[in-house]
Amino acid sequence: MNRRHFLRASAVLPFARVATLPLAAFGSAQLAVAAAPTTADYRKLLVLVELKGGNDGLNTLIPYRDAAYYALRPKIAIPADQVVQLTDQAGLHPALAPLLQLWNDRKLAVLQGLGYPDPNLSHFRSIEIWDTASRSEQVLQDGWLTRAFATAPTPRSFAADGVIVGSNDLGPLAGSGTRAIALADTEQFLRQSKLAHPGAAARNKALAHILRVESDIVQAAGHLDGRPSFKTEFPAGGFGNAIRTACRIIANPSGVAVLRVTLSGFDTHANQPATQARLLKELAAGLVALQSALTEIGKWDDTMVLTYAEFGRRPKENQNSGTDHGTANVHFAIGGRVAGGMYGTALDLARLSGDGNPAFALDFRSVYATVLERWWGVDSRQALGGRFAPLPFLAA
Amino acid sequence: MTIHPLLAATLILATGLVHAAAGPMGYADARHLLARTGFGPTDAEVRNFAGLSREQGVATLLRDTRTTAVTPVPAFALETGPTGAPRGDNVSEETRRAFAQLQTRNGIELRGWWVQEMLVTSSPLTERMTLFWHNHFVSSQQKVRIARSMYGQNALLRAHALGNFGAMLHAVSKDPAMLIYLDTAQSRKGQPNENFAREVMELFTLGEGRYTEQDIKEAARAFTGWSIDRDTAQYLFRPGAHDYGVKSVLGRSGRFDGDEVLDILLAQPGTSVFVTTKLWREFVSPEPDAAEVRRVAQIFRGQNHDITAALRALLMSDAFWAAENRGTLVKSPIELVVGTLRQFELSPIVATPFAIAVAGMGQNLMSPPNVKGWPGGEVWINSSTLLARKQFLDRLVRSSEARLPGGAPAMSLQPPMRSATMKAREPALARNDDDAMASEARLVAAPSLPAVADDEKARARRAALSVERGMRNLQFDATQWVAQRQGATAAARMEVAQGLLLPLPPVAADTPNADVDATTFMRATLLDPAYQLK
Repeated sequence: MNRRHFLRASAVLPFARVATLPLAAFGSAQLAVAAAPTTADYRKLLVLVELKGGNDGLNTLIPYRDAAYYALRPKIAIPADQVVQLTDQAGLHPALAPLLQLWNDRKLAVLQGLGYPDPNLSHFRSIEIWDTASRSEQVLQDGWLTRAFATAPTPRSFAADGVIVGSNDLGPLAGSGTRAIALADTEQFLRQSKLAHPGAAARNKALAHILRVESDIVQAAGHLDGRPSFKTEFPAGGFGNAIRTACRIIANPSGVAVLRVTLSGFDTHANQPATQARLLKELAAGLVALQSALTEIGKWDDTMVLTYAEFGRRPKENQNSGTDHGTANVHFAIGGRVAGGMYGTALDLARLSGDGNPAFALDFRSVYATVLERWWGVDSRQALGGRFAPLPFLAA
Repeated sequence: MTIHPLLAATLILATGLVHAAAGPMGYADARHLLARTGFGPTDAEVRNFAGLSREQGVATLLRDTRTTAVTPVPAFALETGPTGAPRGDNVSEETRRAFAQLQTRNGIELRGWWVQEMLVTSSPLTERMTLFWHNHFVSSQQKVRIARSMYGQNALLRAHALGNFGAMLHAVSKDPAMLIYLDTAQSRKGQPNENFAREVMELFTLGEGRYTEQDIKEAARAFTGWSIDRDTAQYLFRPGAHDYGVKSVLGRSGRFDGDEVLDILLAQPGTSVFVTTKLWREFVSPEPDAAEVRRVAQIFRGQNHDITAALRALLMSDAFWAAENRGTLVKSPIELVVGTLRQFELSPIVATPFAIAVAGMGQNLMSPPNVKGWPGGEVWINSSTLLARKQFLDRLVRSSEARLPGGAPAMSLQPPMRSATMKAREPALARNDDDAMASEARLVAAPSLPAVADDEKARARRAALSVERGMRNLQFDATQWVAQRQGATAAARMEVAQGLLLPLPPVAADTPNADVDATTFMRATLLDPAYQLK
């Protein structure tokens, strides 16, 4: 079949995965099970927010009554009177004040002490562990969402399994078989998608990969047209733009299961206070805009937002008013059906390991298990390489 | 005496094999060798190598490689006085911003300078290896900020690119950009910063799993005191900051300084295996053969980490020439762009727009995403980067169509970059080159400049505009280029062209035939998925 014939065929059958069929030889698990019926409910959307570089959790959720905290951080601790108090023990960085309303509405779950056994302090290795949900010493190729979608595929009518906004790194959607679209801007994507060129014969792995991306582009472009407008005003800056792009994609009726946006710059080895304050301010403004826009289009109750990062930072500040790579960290789950409150346990600053890092209290794979089993209704063992107990941060 | 027919057949076969190794390698092999070790060879270059044996070809390639650039270096890069970097708390915001903008602008100019060098050099392997080491000994302008330090590191990597790995490791570890990028300059006795100690083991020498966290902590102490002069950003040893105590690294103990720790790392066999594996992925295939890697690593180590010796062994390996390994590597964005321009013998007056085009495809030179560098391979290709690549190629062919009298080509697509908005914006930008440059500067550096609240779309538009300006100055004529290929008929000439441009038979493009005009054929060939491979 030559290219023109192919294009005609795919115009008639826009959802058919004709172009990727020859790729089955390269082990696309998704294709093998694509026909199987699924009970997964992917109308519920997951929005992942990566705090790239390793956000300092200890200055995000501040144990403002803990003397050990102030002893470890003489220069960069947040004074108790500036903390946005959530409980009589802990409160948020002042730049996160806009999230207080979500907390008061019981829609903000604070997940404390997230980590994993035998932590790795390298950025790429640790984010790889988070993205692939591997054990510390285990190297996996596919992202945890890629494996989840292989077990329980998203509807074929979806524009894509997931969209990565504003980054070329596919993270939890990396690997073969998943329909992941990376874009910075939907209109630009639609214009350019006309250059995609699916073909039939895949001679080697690299070529198979290229052909798969070509056909994913054609499918996504078939669905992401239309220019929804929002009353919500999105904040200026890269993160605000990413949130706006995400909202436009979500507004499209054909659906995606997951979106990932990234806020970068959290690797604060030096002069942390100003940098982190700026980034957390952007984060809060972006999340509030996301809530507002999704409420407008009636999707907020079907949305769960999760933050994540490669690691937390070391409790003891360094010589440069910064913090070095650490381990356990705090993250947020936000959404219309989130059961707000504190989960896990606060970092025990009195008992730090030899390298000065706290023990973790919650395995991050339990958070993923919550998404897979409680949010989507998908078995999580395949995706997570074992059984991890879901957490109760979703309202029944 | 009669010779048994089977034996005769064996003899003929054996002679044939010897001939294949020692005789002329032919067009396809020459194309493979040059495409894998340079940037998009021209037809003439391939023909020059086709008459050599594989061994002669590899020897020619590795002989007299350049160690310096031919392109004149921007003046700022050669300054040695104070950098003018603002220090302390009483510097005004305007001063800070002015310095940041100057460095960003210089950084853009530097990227353009490097792309220019890649376009014109007579030693493409030197630039490929400089880029390889840039992606190994990673530093980023985003953190280093001082553009001339980025140039200094680039010159250092070029000088050692095909030389001695150990000498390069020692030099780059004291290189100012590296000292800033991995925080060695801020590390001091009693408060050692582990960043460099970790990466030198994980990414520069041993690879993960061949050292312990304790090794990192001890080594970090040895590197204390390696610093920079705060005025000039030149290397400076600060004895007061150095930890002169005993350290234990990888089973050895002593009052080591940084150089001694580097020697311990170089002495580990794991280092040669780690570097050879990475060279394999760059030049041979995505899946290193463990036994072959060990063999080449032994040669590399046995020759005192001579990089040229390792490359010679890799390029003469059976795996390098194996049919099943051809077209299995994805071109990096820089290989795609520089290779395309070189193979069509297109010489842009200013290379900066092409550095920006490459950044849009996921490879912002001098600013790799993190210390691990660009992962490469299939990771180069996702929906966003693939479209950026195709848009570049499409634009190149359309520049050719625009020269055709009388119009619309048979397979015209919606031109993505000719919106009314752009036409309206163009004159304003063209009027003032400084403005254009500044907007390009914001485009590339905005993620690191918190003060600049930039709009993604505006940035993408400026990138497109910049590339558009660069493309407009190119004189590419696809019809003429195809006509210059050897062949009795149009179809034969197209077939020769396809043999030069693609490492594998086309996947989506039509087979050349008399019905297809040269421009349509070239467009299909360049947009074919196989063109993304080498």
